[in-house]
Formats: sequence, C-alpha cells, structure tokens
Amino acid sequence: MARPMTIAEKILAAHAGLDEVEPGQLIECDLDLVLSNDVTTPIAVREFKKIGVDKVFDPEKIVLVPDHYTPNKDINSAEQAKIVRDFAREQGITHYYEVGCMGVEHALLPELGVVGAGDLVIGADSHTCTYGALGAFSTGVGSTDAGVGYATGRAWFKVPESMLFRVHGKLAPGVTGKDLILHIIGMIGVDGALYRAMEFTGDAIHALSMDQRMSISNMAIEAGGKAGIIEVDDVTRAYLDGRAERPYTEYHSDPDASYYAVYDIDAADVVPTVAFPHLPSNTRPVAEARDVQIDQAVIGSCTNGRMEDMRQAAAVLKGRKVNPRVRCIVIPATQHVYRQCVDEGLMDIFLDANCAVSTPTCGPCLGGYMGVLAKGERAVSTTNRNFIGRMGSPDSEVYLASPAVAAASAVLGHIGLPDDLD
Amino acid sequence: MQFKGTVHRYGRDVDTDVIIPARYLTTSDPAELAKHCLVDLDPTFVDKVKPGDIIVAEENFGCGSSREHAPIAIKAAGIDCVIAKSFARIFYRNSINIGLPIMECPEAVDAIKDGDTVSVDADAGTIVDETTGQTFTAHPFPPFIREIIEAGGLINRTKAKFAEKAQA
Ligand code: SF4
Repeated sequence: MARPMTIAEKILAAHAGLDEVEPGQLIECDLDLVLSNDVTTPIAVREFKKIGVDKVFDPEKIVLVPDHYTPNKDINSAEQAKIVRDFAREQGITHYYEVGCMGVEHALLPELGVVGAGDLVIGADSHTCTYGALGAFSTGVGSTDAGVGYATGRAWFKVPESMLFRVHGKLAPGVTGKDLILHIIGMIGVDGALYRAMEFTGDAIHALSMDQRMSISNMAIEAGGKAGIIEVDDVTRAYLDGRAERPYTEYHSDPDASYYAVYDIDAADVVPTVAFPHLPSNTRPVAEARDVQIDQAVIGSCTNGRMEDMRQAAAVLKGRKVNPRVRCIVIPATQHVYRQCVDEGLMDIFLDANCAVSTPTCGPCLGGYMGVLAKGERAVSTTNRNFIGRMGSPDSEVYLASPAVAAASAVLGHIGLPDDLD
Repeated sequence: MQFKGTVHRYGRDVDTDVIIPARYLTTSDPAELAKHCLVDLDPTFVDKVKPGDIIVAEENFGCGSSREHAPIAIKAAGIDCVIAKSFARIFYRNSINIGLPIMECPEAVDAIKDGDTVSVDADAGTIVDETTGQTFTAHPFPPFIREIIEAGGLINRTKAKFAEKAQA
C-alpha cells in the first residue's frame, strides 16, 4: 500500500512513474502539456535552440498562445509574436492559436478541452495554476523550464506540501468565486501558500460553476501557491465530457492524507471583497471601500473574462450608463466568449452602457496596452494583480474585485456594490 | 562559487512587476532589460549597481509573474547573488535554471545593512558581512539542485543528457 496521498501528490507520482511520493522529494516527471505565450516563448525558443536538438518532443503537446501583446501593440511585440508563429510553423505545433482564434491562454485551454483532469502541465506563465479547477496539477514555470520541456517533455519538481481549504455552507447571492479567493488570500497573505499546493473542497466549492472555480484556482499563485486544485465532481465531468481532447483521470485525496494546514471557512463569512493597492492580500469588504473614486474599470482577463463573468457584468450594466468620469473596458477572454456575448445580446448592453469592448487580449491586465493608467489614476479591475505599476504608471492604483463589483463601480464612479445602484 | 560585493537591501514581497515592469517586456535582450531593473521600486538602482554587487531582501522575493526576464535583468545588471529570507517559487526555480545564485538565510537578512560589503561562499553556504565581521550559514541546496547549478544551469544539464543518450 502506498502512503496516503493528496491529489497533488498522486498526480506527481503518476507522472514520475512512482507508486508514491512525499513532500520535499525532488522528482522528474513526464508532462502532458507545455504552454507558453508571446512574452515567454521567445526566451524559451532561444534556450531550446541551445540544447542542440532539432525537434520538439511532441508537436501535439506544446501549446503556444500569443495573448499578452496581441493584436500586436508595437514593432517589438510584433517581432516577439513572429518568433512564436515561426516556431509553431517550423515545428508543426498543432496547438497554436493565431489572432482571430486566440484568447487569453488560461481561458482558452479549458474551453477548447486541451487540458483535462489528472494532467500534469507546466506553463511559462504564472497563472497556469488555473487548470487546477479541472483537477489537473498545473503550475507556472519560467522560459528555461518551457524550453527544456519543448525538448524533453519533462520537468523537475519538488513535491509540495498541500494545504486544504474546506469551505462550508453556501456563498450568499452576489458573492462569487473571486470574492472567496480574495478572502482566502487576505487571510493567509501573498506568501501564505509559498511552495505549497492549495486544495479547495467543501460544499460551497462543489456548488460553484466551472467558471467560478477557475477564478479561484487562477489566483492560487497570488498566495504563492504552486497549484490550486479542486477535486473532480459532477460539475467537472459535465464540463470535460464531450470537450476534453484526451481521456482524463480523476484523482481524489485519501481521507488520511496529510496536510501542512487545514482551514475551515464558513461561506457565510465571505462578503464582496476588494483588494486595495498594492498587494492582492490587502483585502477589505467592498462596503468599506465606497470612498474610493475610480477613473477606469476593467472587466476581463484569465481570472474573470469567461462567459459567466460577462453575464454578471452585463446584469449590472443593463439599462445603465458608465459614469462619465470613468472608462469601462470589457474584454471577453476568448473569441468564443466574444461571440457568445454577441449572441446573447450582452454586447448591446455593453455598448449601450458606453463600454469599450475589445477583442481578446491580456492588454491592460499587465499594463501592456488597451487601457494603461496615467500617474495618479485609479482602476477597479477583475484581474489578479495590483502590484505597483501593474496596469501602468508606478503612481497609479489598482483595486481587484469581481465583475459585478467592477461593473457597479463603473456606473457609480467609485467602488461599490450592485445594490448601491438605484 | 565565491562572491564579494556591496549590498542593495530591499523589503518583503519584491514582485516581478517592479523588478522588470511589463512595459519593458517587449524585448528579451538581457542588456536592455538590465537598464530597467527595479526601476519602479528604486529608480537609483541601475545607476548605483556595480558588477559583483549583492541584493539582500526580506520574505517572498520575486513574487508574481513567471517572467524569466526578472532574474535575467538582475543578473545582467551585474548582481552576482541574491540573499533573501524566502523566494517566490517560480523565481527560485528560474534563478536556478539560469544560474543566478540565490540563498535563503533569514539571520543574514536581519543583520546585513544597505551598503555593507558582503562575501559569499555559495558551496559552503557561508555569508560573511565584511563590514561588521558577522558570519552566517545559509540553507544548503539539495544535491539535485546542486547538480543543475554545477552543470551551469538547466540547459547545459539537458544538453549533456542528450549527448549521453546519443553516445549510448
Ligand atoms: S490576463 Fe493577465 S494574468 Fe492572465 S495571463 Fe494575461 S497577463 Fe497574465
């Protein structure tokens, strides 16, 4: 009998060809996917070429998504995107997504069924942890890891300790997965899960839709986490069946698996939450943030750019106008979400409300383009980071919140709740 | 590996967005990245840093993005070694993979002051504050990680593995 293990330990053991692993152990694993984007691929390709092999290990297991600066913002970013495109063509990469098909990578891969439960995925992007919502072990790495991954299909790991977050009860109406993960990060801090795998369970989690779960797993990295895993249940199966490209494997933690820490959270304690500058852990209830005037609202990103996020924002914006002192930028995370916004009439709501709606891109989330902040400006954003200078000037401020709160704030001109609107 | 240099000291949660802001991420050229290293945290850094200098910081150094541009910028700016109370996970592995020596040593971080001269013996794990004469011992790297560092980084190690396979 192998030792009792957590989901994270089981997935790592399976991919290392071992019956069991334990925290702290250094292992080398076979990977199901290696992901990189237009910022990280150029360095990964440069490193890959140094290894001295001609071909990637498997052109079907490498995923290249130009999303950060595409459609290209300037000549330099066009050169970088071209490196990605040329490499994809030269290597016959099957999972390459050109402008017009692409989306923000962590929204795109689950939507297309590229990643599934039980997968071991590395991505040269820190929010690769998003796929934990599907029951995968996926984690962000750097470009050198990705370059070596292209060549070998393998990576080294230190088996992390796991932390269990049990969320009991039911989130109140208007409280989303985003509020819950902000609440947790506020509770444990930006390094509260450093080097560790976070695992989320409890009836409040199982009651959430896949879109909401992805917002939670997405932000595991904001607590320093290596992964943010939610065990497979009926919601996961319904999401994956008919969508996953490959057969998937369910893993469940053993009842007697050991955790570094176990947190019991009462869902009733979670309220609409906003993270103040300049750390995602600097959280306060939205109700205590009403005096924060804003210049811009951004609704989108790999955290909150999915269909349900768009619907939540639209429900607030319907029949209303964005405050004339505010720019409200809406970015559906993928081409599919964009199309569905058109089909469901959400696009009319956004346009009627005077929102600027963009084709999928990371753009403003990392201060790239499409809504960069000037000195002294404040934004409320559904993204995941509010570090100094994250969305523009080092003298600007970013407040992180859910789509409904961002939309309500856009109308109010200050941070607030949908209930504050008349 | 031995280093000796002047210390630039910073606080906790130094994130990759301040190490190298996204507005400079449209290039991956180390020299270009080095010009903007830490600009949003300490605009004077690039002017005062000298080759061989050492960064000392509190907890969670390098948190945030996976951008390898961050350790690349630090290394290209001339920094030989980063000593912190703890490192963010991705920054830690990126540094090892590209061969930027990093050391975790809370006691040293508490004692060392900005501008001190510090010498480091990375193999022995010793850190000496030459200005005060105090000596500290850092957590040593596990053998697997030492293997990557000794190979000169993950790329060289992988290259050697492929060469071995070709010979076998
Ligand atoms: S949307 Fe933001 S956090 Fe997500 S992948 Fe893009 S830049 Fe990174």
